[in-house]
Amino acid sequence: MIKWTHDTVRRRFMSTSAAAIDWWNHVGHAPKDPIMSVTEAFLSDTSPNKINLGVGAYRDDDGRPVVLQCVRDGEAKIAGTGFLESVSASVSSKLVEESVKLIYGKDADFIKEGRFAGVQALSGTGACRLFAEFQRRFYPQSKIYLPIPTWSNHHNIWRDAQVPGRTFHYYHPDSKGLHFAALMDDIKNAPDRSFFLLHPCAHNPTGVDPTEEQWRDISNLFKVKNHFPFFDMAYQGFASGDLDKDAKAMRIFLEDGHLIGCAQSFAKNMGLYGHRVGCLSVLCADAKQAVAIKSQLQHITRAMYSSPPVHGILLVSTILSDPHLKELWKKELKVMANRIHRMRSTLRESLKKLGSPLNWDHMTNQVGMFCFSGLSPDQVNRLMKEFHIYMTYDGRMSMAGVTTSNVSYLANAIHEVTKFG
Amino acid sequence: MASTMLSLVSAALPLQENHKGKMNLGSSDCSTFLRKEKRNPFMKTKSFGRINMAIAVNTSRFEGVTMAPPDPILGVSEAFRADNSLMKLNLGVGAYRTEELQPYVLNVVKKAENLMLERGENKEYLPIEGLAAFNKVTAELLFGAGNPVIEQQRLATVQGLSGTGSLRLAAALIERYFPGAKVLISSPTWGNHKNIFNDARVPWSEYRYYDPKTVGLDFDGMISDIKAAPEGSFVLLHGCAHNPTGIDPTPEQWEKIADVIQEKNHIPFFDVAYQGFASGSLDADASSVRLFAARGMELLVAQSYSKNLGLYAERIGAINVVCSSADAAARVKSQLKRIARPMYSNPPIHGARIVANVVGDPALFNEWKEEMELMAGRIKNVRQKLFDSLSAKDKCGKDWSFILKQIGMFSFTGLSKVQSENMTNKWHVYMTKDGRISLAGLSLAKCEYLADAIIDSFHCVS
Repeated sequence: MIKWTHDTVRRRFMSTSAAAIDWWNHVGHAPKDPIMSVTEAFLSDTSPNKINLGVGAYRDDDGRPVVLQCVRDGEAKIAGTGFLESVSASVSSKLVEESVKLIYGKDADFIKEGRFAGVQALSGTGACRLFAEFQRRFYPQSKIYLPIPTWSNHHNIWRDAQVPGRTFHYYHPDSKGLHFAALMDDIKNAPDRSFFLLHPCAHNPTGVDPTEEQWRDISNLFKVKNHFPFFDMAYQGFASGDLDKDAKAMRIFLEDGHLIGCAQSFAKNMGLYGHRVGCLSVLCADAKQAVAIKSQLQHITRAMYSSPPVHGILLVSTILSDPHLKELWKKELKVMANRIHRMRSTLRESLKKLGSPLNWDHMTNQVGMFCFSGLSPDQVNRLMKEFHIYMTYDGRMSMAGVTTSNVSYLANAIHEVTKFG
Repeated sequence: MASTMLSLVSAALPLQENHKGKMNLGSSDCSTFLRKEKRNPFMKTKSFGRINMAIAVNTSRFEGVTMAPPDPILGVSEAFRADNSLMKLNLGVGAYRTEELQPYVLNVVKKAENLMLERGENKEYLPIEGLAAFNKVTAELLFGAGNPVIEQQRLATVQGLSGTGSLRLAAALIERYFPGAKVLISSPTWGNHKNIFNDARVPWSEYRYYDPKTVGLDFDGMISDIKAAPEGSFVLLHGCAHNPTGIDPTPEQWEKIADVIQEKNHIPFFDVAYQGFASGSLDADASSVRLFAARGMELLVAQSYSKNLGLYAERIGAINVVCSSADAAARVKSQLKRIARPMYSNPPIHGARIVANVVGDPALFNEWKEEMELMAGRIKNVRQKLFDSLSAKDKCGKDWSFILKQIGMFSFTGLSKVQSENMTNKWHVYMTKDGRISLAGLSLAKCEYLADAIIDSFHCVS
């Protein structure tokens, strides 16, 4: 990127005639987003056998996107609702209240005491970005510690918010599990009061989560180091099928007295991908501070997009505050999570049956939407070119894209590219 | 294990101070943030051990965060809601109201939403650049279908979160690719413009615009200031229905503005938030933008459907960049996407689908044009009635004709801050302190009352 100064601009254009000045000559092509570009490539592929294991968007067993019944019912309920100018205060606070209950537990003290600042956000991305901007404003010298690996957009988010990124060990490529000792070391060696990003469940992209025991150890060490734990909760309900179980890590941190921050997304677990509904919450020492922090968060959003889109917010708050709809949602969530579990088992079994020389235990050990397959970029490329199977180059497979009808084809393809080790 | 933990705790745990010097974050002032960071939050903890641990983890590290200042525009609505007076009138936010002072959902929007409900479309992610059908119709609405910039594919259009979101994308693009370049904004302008450029770290300065003496355009001042700015500045222009003044340049003046911008190699940057609301005609209201495009200039245009389709809450708009080549447009588009991805990944679908359905369907589009004329028409009627009331009641013979000359939702009354406060405190008329009233919130029935309030504030308060 060229560093343009005014002098440069002046010199460059002094002699040009008035019409059709090319201001954008120095603007290069942005690199393609690694995840979105998988979808793009998939869409332009005409093969009838093509499989999209790229973006983490749930598909049913026919490979089709799903609109949950609770969402359809919710939509019928809100159709023709009185008009809202910008998200009214009561709708906003309803959404926030219901959202935080989901992650912290409905009886959490600080919810009752108003000791948290919560605002709706543009899904998980928006919530993370809002926090990153807030972090930079109040801790301008701070950094963010991101696990290796993490969702690729995490790096972009904090970078664009001008918070430098650091990493900590997480995934062990040999065991295809958690590199716990190295993780704890990195937490210990980071300067006190560092900001860490944690995936509370269904780690993206690896699907590798700490055990409860390990979470307790991590929480203790965080206390010692006085680190700030920031959770990105994008898959609550998708890991185990149970919302509370999937929030266990956060509840542990809460018990231990941490004042955490959390980005929540309803994209996956409610299938509201395109509506951009999420929530950012920051726990506070008292209600007064909560009001102050909330005002600062809103100040940031005002200059970014003013207010969030109402439709998704209405849907989520309707579903979460209607006991019947909420129960329906939980059932549907279990169905989605179970289908993914089944596909993990089926694929693993199929590979075993084909006589794969590799160990595919991780396929069922890992949780959530993704399997960090261990496939190399070359193997991923072969899958794409020869078999029309699409995934990101890090070998991350979205298991949501696996169906009863494509699992054999998929197993064969994976076996083909890995049978020689 | 426990004892080791305790000793680690007492050795390393900091105790948060109770900060006396609170941070003032009214303006995004970096130095204030930095001052806090240099303070040493660590205190000796040897004798406290366990208790310290409990205190420390319950003390937030955001202890020093103070209340952000209330938003001057949205704060007005909040204050209005809290007022119990029966006479109260909300002329704050530029949100359209019917004669009964009720919010208005356009019929075409209801129809589009019903269509969408019936179709039961999915809720998958949009591409980063937004809904293709929306991007297509929004560009055509702005430039006219068949416009060379569209035919030649020289236009990069990316769906944004209404006007604010689209402006912010553009601001981020400017910051990245024209570091140090300034944006010239009108004095006055919409309050949030400054916030957007500040947060995007784009420097700005003002050009003269409003002339309090004539309650009209300070055209010479405007031209002069645009000329004086460093070459290659971005000039933020309101496409029509200037906010907050309601004062628009004439077509001849637009030509001269385009002349001086070309002369100085500036880049025009239009904020089009009221297409259709100024004159009632969608095409006529886009003429300033089309004038510039027709000259072959490269320009930026932020659009919003908050007002003209009443989609305030759905956050639907777009950023358009007219480039001199298709290749440049492709590159610019890719960079706008790169800015959007770490902000919110992809934009919301609902509003985009509504607009695509309304603007893309000839029957609905025509119906929309009719509703647009009705809304703009109501505002014109209200302007007339207010003018008549003021002229009839005002014994001092002040010329109130500027109310008729101004265009769009707003009128810049010329009331000072103190006078505006009188409007609120004495008359329960809520408006912004810059003297701006939103005529969209005024009914014919309330014109006389408002006239009384204005006359009182103008003549009896100084």
